[in-house]
Amino acid sequence: MDERQAIVGLIPRLRRYARALVGDRATADDLVQDTLERAWTKFHLYRGGTDLRAWMFTVMHNVHVNRVRAHRPTDVLTEDMPETVQRAAQGDSLMVRDLERALASLPEEQREVLLLVALEDMSYDEAARTLGIPIGTVMSRLSRARERLRATMLELPVPAKLTVVK
Amino acid sequence: MSADVPITEVDLQAYVDGRLAEGRRGEVETWLASRPDEAQRVAQLRSQRDALRALYDPVLDEPVPERLIRLAPRGSRARELALVAGWVAIGAVAGVLAGWQLHAWQAGRSPAMSEGASIARSAAVAHATYSPEVRHPVEVGADQEKHLVAWLSKRLGARVRAPTLEAAGLSLMGGRLLPGEGDPASGAEPAPVAQFMYQGARGQRVTLYVRTEVHGHSETAFRFAREGGVRVFYWIDRDFGYALSSSDLDRTHLERVAELVYRQLEP
Repeated sequence: MDERQAIVGLIPRLRRYARALVGDRATADDLVQDTLERAWTKFHLYRGGTDLRAWMFTVMHNVHVNRVRAHRPTDVLTEDMPETVQRAAQGDSLMVRDLERALASLPEEQREVLLLVALEDMSYDEAARTLGIPIGTVMSRLSRARERLRATMLELPVPAKLTVVK
Repeated sequence: MSADVPITEVDLQAYVDGRLAEGRRGEVETWLASRPDEAQRVAQLRSQRDALRALYDPVLDEPVPERLIRLAPRGSRARELALVAGWVAIGAVAGVLAGWQLHAWQAGRSPAMSEGASIARSAAVAHATYSPEVRHPVEVGADQEKHLVAWLSKRLGARVRAPTLEAAGLSLMGGRLLPGEGDPASGAEPAPVAQFMYQGARGQRVTLYVRTEVHGHSETAFRFAREGGVRVFYWIDRDFGYALSSSDLDRTHLERVAELVYRQLEP
């Protein structure tokens, strides 16, 4: 299949990931739009035959990190600063909203790993290549993200080493 | 066979993601069998994965906004094809809007449809969260059915019943009360929701999610939704919204159970 066609075919998956990553539909689609613009501009840098999906998600990761940096102080990307994102979810049950909030409260970098693995079903190796981090980092972020989400949903105390430090 | 290599957190994560080779998976299962706390945690992580899928997979079925497709380079075949596909979707919606159904659709069906879609999503997330529970799948067991029904009726402020699904090979395990949905617009108190859980002979689980309808008196036909790995039949009948969910039953089987529920709960 034509690779350009394949990119268009990836749009629904990019939208799903973006929605889970940033919350509301409009912001998520803005992220997808910026990602596609960047991808089409940089398309000559894509090396044919390599994993197009990983390439697209790498582009989205870079765009996302830049957008977050542009809107917030630079230290938000540290593990200790939870994001708070307000999401409109009228009509959804509290459990749905709790899950959205719990996800939004994860540090950016943990949420990315969790979503690439759980939602996009990437292997750990693919997730590592997509984010440009070692596989060991993928595993530790994944484990911490899941544990933190579990604790939040079950209202358990968040594990001590993950507590918010100002 | 004993596990010569110690089981690590990495193994447990890979187990949750279904990424272990068969042999190692068996070792992890043996290891978990003697550690109920870890087994419980792993079950919760699996249901967390399912809940995330149930919550976000529906985005895949949304029509792609045209502004995103139009970004593809002009003159590329991908863009032309995608735009054709986009127009087909837009055309279908326009046809409905232009048709004589417009009035009925806007006045009658639309609110019920969107309420229905939210109930399917909420029910699927609740199903994914509680159905894998080994130790505490329900708050009140079926052995106290009278108490369960009275308690849930009291909390919902309306008489609810637990249908008998033995005819479909499903036994009532019990039920639980879940936090319900509020109405942020009016600031109304969230009304709680009831979840009944059933189990078949082979461990298949089905949950019935029941909530009181704020708007009331609207009715819908059965609708089917797939939220991640969870299949859901849902409908609104007078003052109640119902959603029957299962990851274990196929669509045909689940529909038969839904009919059984409907026939029993019909006032």
